[in-house]
Amino acid sequence: MSLTATDIRNLCLASLVFAICALLPLGDQGYWLGLGVTIAMFTALATSWALFSGPTHYISLATAAFFGVGTYVTGLGIDTLPFWSLVGLAGVIGAVLAALVGLATLRLSGVYFVIFTLGLAELVRQVITWVQNNSGQKGLYVLTDLDEAGIYWWLLGLSAAVFLTGWLIGRSRLGFALRIIGDDETVAAHSGINTARAKVLLFMVPGAVAAMTGAILAPRYVYIEPSLAFAPILSFQVVIMALLGGASRLWGPVLGVIPFTFLLEAVSSNFPNQTTLVIGVAFLVIVYLLPGGFVGLMGRINRHLNTREGA
Amino acid sequence: MNRRPFLKLVSALTIASALAASAATAETIRIGAVAPKTGPLAGGATVTQWPSIYLWVEQVNAAGGLTVDGEQMMIELIEYDDQTNPGETIKAVQRLATQDDAHFIIAPYGTGLNLAAAPLFDRYGYPQIAVSAITDQQPELSAQFPNMFFTLGTTTALAADVVKVLTDMRDAGQMGDRVAMVNVADAFGIELATAAKPLFEEAGFELVYETSYPLGTQDLSPVIKGAAAAEPDAFVAWSYPPDTFGLTEQAMIENLDVKAFYTAVATPFPGYGARFGAAAEGVLGAGGVNPDSPAFMEYAAAHEEVTGEKPDYWASATTYASLEILAQAIEAVGLDRAAVTAHLRESTYETILGPISFDENNSNPDFWTVGQWQGGVFKGVASRGRDGTVPVILKEGWE
Repeated sequence: MSLTATDIRNLCLASLVFAICALLPLGDQGYWLGLGVTIAMFTALATSWALFSGPTHYISLATAAFFGVGTYVTGLGIDTLPFWSLVGLAGVIGAVLAALVGLATLRLSGVYFVIFTLGLAELVRQVITWVQNNSGQKGLYVLTDLDEAGIYWWLLGLSAAVFLTGWLIGRSRLGFALRIIGDDETVAAHSGINTARAKVLLFMVPGAVAAMTGAILAPRYVYIEPSLAFAPILSFQVVIMALLGGASRLWGPVLGVIPFTFLLEAVSSNFPNQTTLVIGVAFLVIVYLLPGGFVGLMGRINRHLNTREGA
Repeated sequence: MNRRPFLKLVSALTIASALAASAATAETIRIGAVAPKTGPLAGGATVTQWPSIYLWVEQVNAAGGLTVDGEQMMIELIEYDDQTNPGETIKAVQRLATQDDAHFIIAPYGTGLNLAAAPLFDRYGYPQIAVSAITDQQPELSAQFPNMFFTLGTTTALAADVVKVLTDMRDAGQMGDRVAMVNVADAFGIELATAAKPLFEEAGFELVYETSYPLGTQDLSPVIKGAAAAEPDAFVAWSYPPDTFGLTEQAMIENLDVKAFYTAVATPFPGYGARFGAAAEGVLGAGGVNPDSPAFMEYAAAHEEVTGEKPDYWASATTYASLEILAQAIEAVGLDRAAVTAHLRESTYETILGPISFDENNSNPDFWTVGQWQGGVFKGVASRGRDGTVPVILKEGWE
């Protein structure tokens, strides 16, 4: 693999940004760190979501399913295994689950896939509840020494890994294959690309990342309930944030995550009685005014400036 | 665009917020509250949690506020909706602690949301007098979070006292030993069923029917039909609000013939009595109060007058009592949170439930466990250390 000067500059810049972000807990242990955890969590989730859904245009609503599986991995294993191994284990389980789901559904296209992924969270939740119900109460309490700063660093590390993975995929044959699939799946198949294999491989990335995010956040929730671990709203939030930023670029989703987190924060602190209503209106505004997300908006501005210069 | 109205609006808002800010800087006690107003637990929180908070704030301020170090301080309530999402609860508590500079924060609603908030209450040193957080892990939790207090009892006590009530009925010759036990397959339902099963077996009951159903099940007729086919003497359901109503409805339709009928959470809600009317007579449920005590009657009347709603017959009064405890501790030692927490551990408080003090695990050992609808009121029939239990009556039909 050969790196151009631009690549090296981008890598250095990205490392610098992550290093600066990692200093946050030293500056503030309270409010801003709490927001930092939210931003780091959604950065990992939305960026990994866009890795798959950006090029393939398959809208996945399975984030909550993988996230919930991750929280239960920590909940069930925290008394016997060290925390770091649980995060890894959650990643493996998430990837395997994603592969199974992918094999079963990625031959479907469009709306069928969306509906299946939406149902997946409920399916997994019922399976886990069934197991718990038959084995007695287990894995409900997660008591650890991990504090907010620790959780933040874990999530930041995970986000960095997601960016690195995305960057490597973008440079690989797999990334190229996916762009072709996204443009026209029939053409891709005729060019000799194994489209099903490529899609399944890529779908494993958001699956693993969401499960790891859930595993990392379980100590923050202390008590793991199916209704809280598998809350479907999470899947929608991830989609909205990624679309607000723009799913066509690796760094797009994070541009949606940061303003959206602050927007949610402003709404829930200023409209305690109408939070859900105001969030719904914000969704509508985003979809109507920013169809391509911030990435699309920047593209439009660029084009606008270019035509002006040309004129 | 005409900018005049816009400017007017902006200046009006600026003045309003300036006024609000200056009002806040006058000597007030800032009390934070975060609980669901939307999401799955909103139904429970808007019956049990929010009205009691509003009532308490209203009453304290009407009386001129709390006396802190010889000065009268009014209460300023800062409230947030956590949408039944632990991530939002965490953010709201953080906001209350660091941005709003709340002097005290009222414990959130529900086991999951209380525990999600516990690390933050602990870090910022806020006493957390949890109400709707019933758990057997009180020793472990109070060791990990020394500021966390428990008022509503333990899972095992709740289950054990149902077994005890049924045992007494059987030993009095009122019914046989055939029990049908079902549970909602969700966290608290599973915890209760896990605790109850060995206790029933120990007490010599025969579990003739056992099943569970997923949370949100709409059609509960198979559950009641299955139970009816096993011909039980008693029917026990470790249920959540929607299925508490659903199971009762199906039992009425099937005319389930049992001597004792128990459903868990939400049975003491006023909405339960209102919906089932005379059919609710004799239904057993989790919780209870002494509805004939003057303190509760006074509270219930004020609750209805101020909020327009009736309190429930269990956690509403305990929520109010937890606020009375907080107020008494503040009046005793002032706004120093560590001193308030220390005071909570050592003192006994006079509340509408009677005296409350906390044991070595920060838990209130005196609480209601089983109640029963009798004559349109849900009365406590079993408790740990509370006065005013009434005798259990047999369930006689659904008319």
